[in-house]
Amino acid sequence: MITLLKNGKIYDPAHNKDGVVEDIYIYQGRIVPKPLDQAKVTQTYDLTGKVVMAGAIDMHSHIGGGKVNIARMMLPEYQQKQMQEIKNLSEPEAHICTPYCSHHATPTATDTGFRYIEMGYTAAFEPAISPINARQAHLEMGDTPMIDKGGYAMLGNDDYFLRMLAAKKDQKAINDYVAWILHATQAIGIKVVNPGGISAFKFNQRRLNLDENHQHYQVSPREVLQSLSRAVHELGIAKPLHVHCNNLGAAGNFETTLNTMGASNGLPMHLTHIQFHSYGTEGDKKFSSAAAQIAEALNKNKNITADVGQILFNQTVTASGDSMMQHLNAKHANPKKSVIMDIECDAGCGVLPFKYRDQNYVNALQWAIGLEIFLSVEDPWRIFLTTDHPNGAPFTSYPHLIRLLMDKTFRNEAFAKLNLDAQSMSNLTSLNREYSLYEIAIMTRAGASKLIGLNDRGHLGVGANADITVYTDQENREAMFAKPDYVFKNGELVVKNGTIVKVVWGATHTAKPAFDIGVEKDLKDYFDRYQTIGLDNFKISDAEIFDDGRGSVVVNKN
Amino acid sequence: MKNNLNSPLPISVTCPACGMLCDDLSLNDITPVSIKNGCAKSIAFFEQSFKSSKESACTPSLSGKPTDLNTAIKAAAEILAKSQAPLFAGLGTEVQGMRAIMRLAEKSNATLDHMHSESTVRNTLTMQNGGWLTTTLSEIKNRADVILAIGTDIGSSHPRFFEKLVWDSANLFSKPSPEVIYLGVPEEKAKSGTSPNGKPASVIGNDPSKVPEIINALNALLINKKINTETIGSISVATLQALVEKLKTARYAVIVWSASSFKFSHAELTIQSIVQLINQLNETTRAAGLPLNSGDGDSSVNNTSAWLSGYPTRNRFVNGKPEYDNHHFSTQKQLQNSDALLWISTFNPLSPPQTTLPSIVIGHPDTKLDSTPDVFIPVGIPGVDHAGTMFRMDSSITLPLKKLRNIELPNLSEVINRIEAELA
Repeated sequence: MITLLKNGKIYDPAHNKDGVVEDIYIYQGRIVPKPLDQAKVTQTYDLTGKVVMAGAIDMHSHIGGGKVNIARMMLPEYQQKQMQEIKNLSEPEAHICTPYCSHHATPTATDTGFRYIEMGYTAAFEPAISPINARQAHLEMGDTPMIDKGGYAMLGNDDYFLRMLAAKKDQKAINDYVAWILHATQAIGIKVVNPGGISAFKFNQRRLNLDENHQHYQVSPREVLQSLSRAVHELGIAKPLHVHCNNLGAAGNFETTLNTMGASNGLPMHLTHIQFHSYGTEGDKKFSSAAAQIAEALNKNKNITADVGQILFNQTVTASGDSMMQHLNAKHANPKKSVIMDIECDAGCGVLPFKYRDQNYVNALQWAIGLEIFLSVEDPWRIFLTTDHPNGAPFTSYPHLIRLLMDKTFRNEAFAKLNLDAQSMSNLTSLNREYSLYEIAIMTRAGASKLIGLNDRGHLGVGANADITVYTDQENREAMFAKPDYVFKNGELVVKNGTIVKVVWGATHTAKPAFDIGVEKDLKDYFDRYQTIGLDNFKISDAEIFDDGRGSVVVNKN
Repeated sequence: MKNNLNSPLPISVTCPACGMLCDDLSLNDITPVSIKNGCAKSIAFFEQSFKSSKESACTPSLSGKPTDLNTAIKAAAEILAKSQAPLFAGLGTEVQGMRAIMRLAEKSNATLDHMHSESTVRNTLTMQNGGWLTTTLSEIKNRADVILAIGTDIGSSHPRFFEKLVWDSANLFSKPSPEVIYLGVPEEKAKSGTSPNGKPASVIGNDPSKVPEIINALNALLINKKINTETIGSISVATLQALVEKLKTARYAVIVWSASSFKFSHAELTIQSIVQLINQLNETTRAAGLPLNSGDGDSSVNNTSAWLSGYPTRNRFVNGKPEYDNHHFSTQKQLQNSDALLWISTFNPLSPPQTTLPSIVIGHPDTKLDSTPDVFIPVGIPGVDHAGTMFRMDSSITLPLKKLRNIELPNLSEVINRIEAELA
């Protein structure tokens, strides 16, 4: 009944294991100590020479909910075109395809699960669940096989919160509301997108800076950030406030990003897809890399974490809650179309197709900026590997991105093919760092698990859920990470040589801090007066996620 | 059929009868049907659902002869097993039903088309052409100061729109009730927009067929192009200019259209013009669109199809791979190309299109069959006989539907899953 993974090289940063050769025993879906009675070992995998890591965790990937489904409906041409375009790409930007690869920016729910598990990812987190749309997000994630999932609920542009902030409600009331949202939406974290800005756009404000007031509520993004980050902190949930800063994609926005770090007042804060927020205004084109300033600030401010949101060159689609900035950027859409929505006094969204081209100055520099940040941030526990799927590139590009980080020669060859003006504006080739396997394991496993607050994922210690990925150690890291030898989910072998051998269904991770249920009294009145659905229907029950036994809810304790 | 209610009256219910998906209804009685916050459509829906049918309505049939469920499922599976390319049409269902249908379609190389897609596709084509800028019901309730309804009176298809979103004075920003303007709406329908205190909606033109040229003129006037004629579509240019000014000075104008009310060909081009108008307005102020849906689960079916196949309907599976063609995969065309028909309509007792193809009908127990299908399997009504999940017309909201009564009818998804199992 016990499975033995024998003689693997273990990369388990949560236990400071950097390539030590050890055995792992699995029993009933969990990692267990070496059994006294070896006779109980019924199956043995000889992993001599193989690299063993916990299953990877994508802490920011748009895998469920309205925005991505809008993208699917809006872009039917992709499914046909994308395959051909990938074939036409020149090396080294083309990544190695698995036989099942659908390099599609907006895979179906089913394909999302399959493509992740084939790469050894066993969990992914939807970072932008608008609370009112949470049921759809969970329906889609419920149809995503193989992996664990979860999401961050967006607050800070909902009229309920902004009213509270404008009325100077005390922090306890805010905390109760934030906790109630986590319960009601079955989320594990809280996100804020363009703090205050999405709501301000509904009042016809077109930009909102950190210390500029929302014209109706007369509160600033700084106040929104401070209130929400304090709520998250005081509720004691692990995942720091997930912040998509104001001024997404705008030249010169690095100052907003630095000021946002300052607004954290030392509390934990996670700045997401920071690449899109690290732009200066130097040079002839008034668009430059501010990666050095951003990395320096990240190195200095130990309370701040970030994921990169690397772009890679190809057709993709950007799906964001940031209706204000997406509306502004709609003129750059390629092909030229955009869906912008105001949503339910709760949120917004903007969906724009984008084609990142290596000969385009801005795109080439965006690519370099992302890598500069990766290579300049010293602590791999505080920087995370993302493409903001699908906004920078589809998550299927991760093996390629890992090779860019681990292989300087490969990276510099790719750099040499970029738009020449962009090359002259980047110091990328002077950055000699090459990530180690241990550091990759931190960014994609141990660090991500710690950040989100998953109790028993992302490590290989006794008691951990047996989500385990086994790779052949290859010099070509892209090939290595594209196709693991084995992937175990809950102790079951589900992928062998990059091919799925068994279909399983993962859990939905949540955090459910205690709160005063009295908060529902005012909320019910608010829903009855101003919303168009009842409070009870806003809340998502566990039973909805169980869905006839296929799904399950994990409440992570902090 | 006995109406054996699941819980004591009154029961709070979510109504699937139109795309508003109102969840503030309370079912007070069923003999006769009495509903708090009911509207013409919801009362008709629940009356139809609860009306006492003959026991025989709950019995499956083969070529009109009563049979048991197992035999009917086997017969349905046989038809699909023999078929190379069946057509799954109607698709009057919600999320869970559509999930099951998608799996069966993948296994049987089926083409999928919803009964109202002739209208839905016009909106889809618009979105795929240039996108759009839209809003949702709570935004309208709290923000709209002008509502321009084009070619639709809104109230006939979505009866509580005005009551809930327009005349209800409770809103977050202390705004007055919005001005309602009808464009291209026949006189007799325009009273939908009359406020409770008797103020009628403004009406600009009664001829829906003139909508395309009027929208084009509005677009021209909005970008200060001069129009060298007195009238467009029998409306004076001065009136149109005044409308443009009203939209420009509105803080949050909402432009509502119903693709099904546009009876002229290539209506998608007119919807694109409406979107262009909205986009241009947003250069200086805020405005947003609201496309009304047609019903029978169209939003649920399109959304579920999109996340499971990557495409909205009209789509099909060929050897497990999804394909999309919103022209060729229409029911009308596929009735010529397919070799079997599976018709599904669970909310309403709608009959399948006339065909000589081997046909399976799975639907409402009171389905009136114009001709006798090879297999008929009555199933429960979502939101009455079984729980489910449904998308509102604005797609941002999904709500649970309740099981209200205990009845000896299977769910659509159970039946579909069992047919799929037979095919394995």
